[in-house]
Amino acid sequence: MGALISTVVLGMITMLLGVMEKKKWILPVVIIGLIISFGINFTEWNKYHHYFNEMMIVDNFSVAFNGVLIFTSALVFMFSGNYYRSVDRPLEDIYSLMIFALSGAIVMTSFSNLVMLFLGIEILSISMYILAGSKKFDLASNEAAMKYFLTGSFATGFLLFGIALIYGSTGSFNLHEIAAYTTQNKELLPAYFSVGIILVMIGLSFKLAVAPFHFWAPDVYHGSPTLITAYMATVVKIAGIAAFYKLFDICFSNVSGIWVKTLLIFSVATIFVGNLAGLYQNNMKRLLAYSSIAHAGYMIMGIVAINKTSAGALLLYSVSYSIVTIAAFGVIILVREIRQNDDIETFNGLARTNPYMAFTLTIAMLSLTGIPPLAGFAAKYYIFTSAMENGYLWLVILALIGSAISAVYYFKVIIAMYMKSGNWPAIPGTRIYRIQLVALTVLTLILGLVPSLLLII
Amino acid sequence: MMTILLILFPIFGSALVMFSGSDKNVRRNALIIASIEFALSLVVLSEFKNTGLPELSVSIPWIKGAGVNFHFAMDGISLLLVLLTTFLFTIIILASSTVQSRRLNLFYGLILIMETALIGVFTSQDGIIFYIFWELALIPAYFITSLWGGTDRIRITFKFFIYTITGSLLMLGGLIWLYLHTPDPHSAEFLALYKVATTQNNQFWLFAVFFLAFAIKIPIIPFHTWQPDTYTEAPAAGSMILAGIMLKMGIYGIIRLLLPLCQSALAALQNGIIIMIVAGIIYASIIALRQNDLKRFIAWVSIAHVGLISAGALSLNQIALNGAIIQMISHGINVVGLFIVIDIIQTRFKTRDMRELGGIAKSIPSLGIIFMIILLGTIALPLTSGFVGEFMLLNGLFRYNAWISVFAGTTVIFSAVYMLGMYQRVMLGGASTELPIEQKRLSLNELIALISLIIMILWIGCFPNFILNLAGPAVQTILNYIQ
Repeated sequence: MGALISTVVLGMITMLLGVMEKKKWILPVVIIGLIISFGINFTEWNKYHHYFNEMMIVDNFSVAFNGVLIFTSALVFMFSGNYYRSVDRPLEDIYSLMIFALSGAIVMTSFSNLVMLFLGIEILSISMYILAGSKKFDLASNEAAMKYFLTGSFATGFLLFGIALIYGSTGSFNLHEIAAYTTQNKELLPAYFSVGIILVMIGLSFKLAVAPFHFWAPDVYHGSPTLITAYMATVVKIAGIAAFYKLFDICFSNVSGIWVKTLLIFSVATIFVGNLAGLYQNNMKRLLAYSSIAHAGYMIMGIVAINKTSAGALLLYSVSYSIVTIAAFGVIILVREIRQNDDIETFNGLARTNPYMAFTLTIAMLSLTGIPPLAGFAAKYYIFTSAMENGYLWLVILALIGSAISAVYYFKVIIAMYMKSGNWPAIPGTRIYRIQLVALTVLTLILGLVPSLLLII
Repeated sequence: MMTILLILFPIFGSALVMFSGSDKNVRRNALIIASIEFALSLVVLSEFKNTGLPELSVSIPWIKGAGVNFHFAMDGISLLLVLLTTFLFTIIILASSTVQSRRLNLFYGLILIMETALIGVFTSQDGIIFYIFWELALIPAYFITSLWGGTDRIRITFKFFIYTITGSLLMLGGLIWLYLHTPDPHSAEFLALYKVATTQNNQFWLFAVFFLAFAIKIPIIPFHTWQPDTYTEAPAAGSMILAGIMLKMGIYGIIRLLLPLCQSALAALQNGIIIMIVAGIIYASIIALRQNDLKRFIAWVSIAHVGLISAGALSLNQIALNGAIIQMISHGINVVGLFIVIDIIQTRFKTRDMRELGGIAKSIPSLGIIFMIILLGTIALPLTSGFVGEFMLLNGLFRYNAWISVFAGTTVIFSAVYMLGMYQRVMLGGASTELPIEQKRLSLNELIALISLIIMILWIGCFPNFILNLAGPAVQTILNYIQ
């Protein structure tokens, strides 16, 4: 709860600073504020408080995921100073919207009531719709916002309809009460209860860009301002997967017969759609969009095979995924800014002109492929082990084949940087920027070598 | 503790190499680090008691409570391969000291990372950690071949990468499955994995995934299509590492994992697979006869020779397994020697095409003699290292099935034919190009490298008992797991 309150307050302070025209203060205040709320968040470790008639429950799962979300947002904000340095406005609207999106994400990890889930998703989504269109005079950005908004509100409709059907059949919004009702009256559940679960699942799958509901993702990722894309690919995805897991773990795990097969198919389809379509991309942002679709598929595996290790596995996966994704976007932002383009060809010869950036992007790509000893390998290993523990041998084998396919397009980027030559001048980067990239790389390596740091829930 | 030092020393050394300024310093530092590493492995040899069980064991948990540990230890087989690795890396770095190339610090840095990964593979006692190092070895190998390779390097090394990673990812699936079938609390230690009771059906798919991973790495025909191209396009040092040491990972994997894990599947498939491998040996030998590019020639020769090693290892008797181990060492030494000679020829004559070469023995007399000895080692002349290994392998295969052994034995004849034919075309006859006087002599580095290889070839040929004594107890332990 502390995390939620502190982020909302931080958002308001940011807006106030904008009104006062203190451009120089905004970013430091935001980052310090995020660090503070990161600290406040962990004071609730092992306390299991609940609030507002059990509308929200803060358990270790929420605290851990809140920590990840705040940390990831802070990483994105670190890059924003450089990204927006040519803009004169204080930018309080963009920053505060990002922080409000974060508070929506925090609600999504701590909900204990379907209404709260809906509220969280909407707080997050509406901020993101605006942010996607925040490059006001850019056609692609406007298009992205429009597409995101239309498909997103469609998904919201599904979600809401599903919630209504579940309420109609069980008489409650409270996750624990629904779970209790379904265990006691397993035979009495009407058919529209199953429809409700599937509709909720579809709504969440839309938000997570899980195939076959992924069509919006590449266009929106491509059109949005790159910083916002990084935010979408990480914070939104982590919040979505946390909410997905929490809902299905607490509420629907005892009726898993209804949804597990569908979700299994979603997972395999997502892995293959993401990886196969990734093969044909020539643009870095679209490539990472498909990569993020594929990774959503791997994360869904953790929900298909819910057991005592899946929460930890998902946490590890989301951290390792978001660290490297942000590192990759950090490089893309710089390259795009100087070279006015983010096609893969733009990265030709980057290893010669900017070895640090090329190295960071290489480590990111290797980690996304799942090469040991990087974080991506530990995460995949954990998710796959957890899935196989529940007997999903074929799912794991298909996912492994998917990883092998993904190596092809991740290596396309590495080949462009190291083996092709481009006629671009070196990209001037500040020292702070370089330190950030190296820090992310080191973090990737540490998480790969000592993954037990994160397997706490 | 020594084991950990042995694994970590090259990777820290690689950091040092990457940040040593001039090319001269880079070369010197790389050589010093590789030599110290070799000395370290000799120290380990002196501490080694050879009980047949893993010794000098170190274990640090990777994931607490999950039974996956950074557990490193060495039995005789591991130690021999570690010695081979450290010895050959010293030789390779020494022999490549004339290479003029850009980004030399990165080149030697990657080579040293590779050394860490290989030693990690040969010493790990835990399935998942074995996999981690197995994959880790792939990355520097990929970059070495693709950054400093020949003209068509990008496409070819990419093929190599995708091939090997597909094989190894499937192996990861097999390892995780086995890990989850160990009794609670799970453990990925080799010893625990060996004890997993598996049904016949499970054995078959486990065999498929492990065999695929190892067969691609070795490579066994028909999983070899990446290999001739990659060896041809890779830089000299890269080819030496790939052929000399990296393919031993595959054979090591067969001995360490495939044989103890999939006995009943192996019993059912053994005949078919050995026949497939032997057919592959003959096929590769015939193709080798028709090659003109020296490196591509060696690539096919290598397929034929390692085919015999894997056939012997899979025939599952003590003499063939011992032969496989001694032949792994011998093949590593020989093939590195051949690649060094080819590199010398290429830097001096600017071509590797046998049709354009000739009479090199006249232009560089010392090379003529040295090349002859290495070549005799490769075609298994008695008193050279190749003979002991091939004799034991064929002997073991004969005990398994006389007819298979007869066909496999043709490899000895073939190898005499194509090797001597190659020698005749390249070294004898009229000189094609006249060399400037300073290139007629071998440089000191080249001489040291080649002569130490020759000493090893003759020493193993005359006194194979050193290796057999080291490997014997460990081989016996593995056979005990199988029975």
